[in-house]
Amino acid sequence: MKIGIPAEVQTNENRVACTPEETEKLIKLGHQVAIEAGAGTAAGYTDDAFTKAGASLIKSTRQLWEQSEIVLKVRAPQHHPVLEVDETSLLTQGKILISFLAPGQNPDLLEAIATNKATALAVEAVPRISRAQKMDALSSMANIAGYRSVIEAGQHFGRFFTGQITAAGKVPPAKVMIIGAGVAGLAAIGAAVSLGAIVRAFDTRPEVKEQIESMSAEFLELEFEEDGSGEGGYAKTMSKEFIDAEMALFLEQAREVDIIITTALIPGKPAPKLITTEMVEAMKPNSVVVDLAAEQGGNCELTVPGEAIKHNGVTVVGYTDYPSKMATQSSQLYATNLRHLLTELTPEKDGNIVVDMEDEVIRSATVVHDGTVTWPPPPVKLSAAPAKPKAPPPAPVEEKPNSPWATVIAMIVGGLAILSVGSVAPASFMNHFIVFVLACFVGFQVIWSVTPALHTPLMSVTNAISGIIVIGALLQVGSSSTFGAALAILAVALASINIAGGFLVTLRMLKMFQK
Amino acid sequence: MNNGFIISAYVISSILFILSLGGLSNQETSRRGNIYGMIGMAIAIVATLMSDQVSNYVLILIPVIFGGAIGAYFAARVEMTAMPELVAILHSFVGLAATLVGFATYLDPAAHFVGVEKTIHDVEIYLGILIGAVTFTGSVVAYGKLNGSIGSKALILPARHFLNLGILIACIILGKFFIGAESVSSGMLPLILMTILALAFGVHMVMAIGGADMPVVISMLNSYSGWAAAATGFMLSNDLLIVVGALVGSSGAILSYIMCRAMNRKFLSVIMGGFGTTTGGSGGGSSEGEQTEVTPITAAETADLLTESNSLVIVPGYGMAVAHAQHLVSELTKKLRDKDIDVKFAIHPVAGRMPGHMNVLLAEAKVPYDIVLEMDEINDDLAETDVVMVIGANDIVNPSAIDEPDSPIAGMPVLEVWNAKSVIVMKRSMASGYAGVENPLFFKDNTQMLFGDAKESVETIVASL
Repeated sequence: MKIGIPAEVQTNENRVACTPEETEKLIKLGHQVAIEAGAGTAAGYTDDAFTKAGASLIKSTRQLWEQSEIVLKVRAPQHHPVLEVDETSLLTQGKILISFLAPGQNPDLLEAIATNKATALAVEAVPRISRAQKMDALSSMANIAGYRSVIEAGQHFGRFFTGQITAAGKVPPAKVMIIGAGVAGLAAIGAAVSLGAIVRAFDTRPEVKEQIESMSAEFLELEFEEDGSGEGGYAKTMSKEFIDAEMALFLEQAREVDIIITTALIPGKPAPKLITTEMVEAMKPNSVVVDLAAEQGGNCELTVPGEAIKHNGVTVVGYTDYPSKMATQSSQLYATNLRHLLTELTPEKDGNIVVDMEDEVIRSATVVHDGTVTWPPPPVKLSAAPAKPKAPPPAPVEEKPNSPWATVIAMIVGGLAILSVGSVAPASFMNHFIVFVLACFVGFQVIWSVTPALHTPLMSVTNAISGIIVIGALLQVGSSSTFGAALAILAVALASINIAGGFLVTLRMLKMFQK
Repeated sequence: MNNGFIISAYVISSILFILSLGGLSNQETSRRGNIYGMIGMAIAIVATLMSDQVSNYVLILIPVIFGGAIGAYFAARVEMTAMPELVAILHSFVGLAATLVGFATYLDPAAHFVGVEKTIHDVEIYLGILIGAVTFTGSVVAYGKLNGSIGSKALILPARHFLNLGILIACIILGKFFIGAESVSSGMLPLILMTILALAFGVHMVMAIGGADMPVVISMLNSYSGWAAAATGFMLSNDLLIVVGALVGSSGAILSYIMCRAMNRKFLSVIMGGFGTTTGGSGGGSSEGEQTEVTPITAAETADLLTESNSLVIVPGYGMAVAHAQHLVSELTKKLRDKDIDVKFAIHPVAGRMPGHMNVLLAEAKVPYDIVLEMDEINDDLAETDVVMVIGANDIVNPSAIDEPDSPIAGMPVLEVWNAKSVIVMKRSMASGYAGVENPLFFKDNTQMLFGDAKESVETIVASL
């Protein structure tokens, strides 16, 4: 299939949906790759590098869209400022678009693609299951945003992160509070810790405590019992009491820390307001708040999306384009995610795309399929958090309920059998028979209580005990038939091996069992 | 010595045997249980020697000392990995002894029975010899399979069910002749013919059972040896033999039942044999199209992973026994426990080649028994475990048993190791287990394969810690 990568049209979007390295791998999957001239320049990938990797270079945007069967993009289709048309109109019948689409917020866009009878895969709709992690572009971008947020904070924060004692005096370490320990939050924790700051983190999901602590940060705990884990590894909205307790904690921390980084998002909802104006005013001068949720309205009341403002000496950073600020890195990760997705879509590695709607990853990611809007997908029931794996379906054990009639019949038959034996057998036999049946029952009762760990000693001891057959042999040694007596002597020898061997080996084994 | 005294000695000895088996219900009382068994046996033998029927003490003492010495020698020398073989060969001795006693009894002219009593006595002899002979050759073949001198694959003869049926019918017909025989000499021929058939049947029965079903076979033969003793008791009118035979017989039967349940198989289908030959690979691979690659890991990387984890569960299988790796595993356990890592062992009921095999090996290597847990005790905890290390086990950790209803091992309870955060599987190669079923566990995202001999791998891990 022909894959086309147009240049991004959004202002300040530096990323590109493919890199030279990934171009080679896509060609290995049997595809042809064409790239719009200059598409990778802003991300640090030259046209030359792309052509060396085997891509063909197309100057005309329109021609690129026309010849491509699959279009890889970063941003959702929008008005093209040069061609003066909407990119959606370039996505004609049968073409496949793979990009960020925000399907939940853009129903009109999905409709428009559907009207063109095209297919669209939204990378943010890839489910958060372990098999799909390598295609999870949201996590890749969140990772970059988290890292970059610490760098941005450092830019606006006029001090060291790490504490130092120098000839010129003592510098205290910076204290950083990170709210929300998702991918971005954890990346921010990692970056801040490695710069030497004292890092605390808060999350409504108690299961991430371990992850936070594993990154050498302190987990801020509320004296409050409520689990905030929602589906797909995201958090859910909390109760009013919980939020009150949470706000009190944040205010207390705001007085103390130098940097606050917020990453709290709830899927499909505006970002929760966690940092109030009061809290910002409580912070020390020259402190910094970095609001990673600015695009969804911001976690801080003072956030102005896309800008860094000063309030009372505190900088509130509301940038929304962190991945674009690190375009080389983010393009590389994004392109790799897309290539993994294309690998899933090219099962035979022969350049033929199969949009398999039975595959749960592809099904979830596909938001428009051949002119039909297929959003939202059926829920994928698997939490991304390893702390709470769902129990697998119970084993299909066949347990036929015993009908009471079967038991009754068995008992009647058994009883009749015993009676019929008794009616013909002499009394002397019946005496032995009673002993036999009772001994069987005693055996059943006793053996059931044996612990499975001792099954081997049990076998060797029963083995030794069954050497009791020696008694039978002893009684026959005195037989008046010489041959019979000889057989009996041999039997005595064999049974003796059993008795000695069985008991001694059991003794040896049991000695080994120790606490 | 009067008869009443002997009978009361037998009662005491029966009680001691029951206490002996009861003592094995847990590790603390187990040694006492074994001692009870020894005392019971001593009392029984002494009482029998004191009875009026026994007089040739020299003729008795020689084989007792001779046999006892052989038994003691092997008991002291046997390696714990070879326990299944020892148990199997001991079963064969009981079987052979029962056969010999049967013949000796038949030849004994002292016994005079008439009418129904004679018929019953003959039937008892006949059954005693039959069961004894089947136990004898069955155990010998099981021994051969376990120590590798006979291939462990199931041998499937054409029309084997008819063959078995034919043997059964022939035995019944011969039995009619035997009971109808006028004199000892005329009864001898059908008796010997039947014995030959029974010996052949024992060979054929165990040959048809695959290596994975050995735990069932061993416990089944254990049961047979008990029934053989009980049959001998009937023919000699000796209640002690009947009681002990019934105890051992039911013990083996219960063990067989437990083993079958652990494999979710019907007892009859195990005995019919042929498992693991017709089903090769039908359950795996094809339906798991995407899972085609395994992730290998080196021993040094494994050591790093173990050091970073908080909890480890080790799942040993027959491969650990084959590689004699239990001592090194124990050393690994000790080292990790010193680092405050929570180490546990998970034992599947049919791991190894006989019931409780793994427990004995770990006990030999001085692994404390309170960290060795059964499948049911640990399955729910596996989800909270950081690392599971599977050493030489395959079918007992196969998720197809749960996921694939048409898999040959479907419904068999397995250790759900794939719920752990990561799984390391030590294996010599990608060969499938005894059941011949592909194992999708190896292809899971959280599974890493450590290829190589289990002993060497563990050695390297211990060295890298």
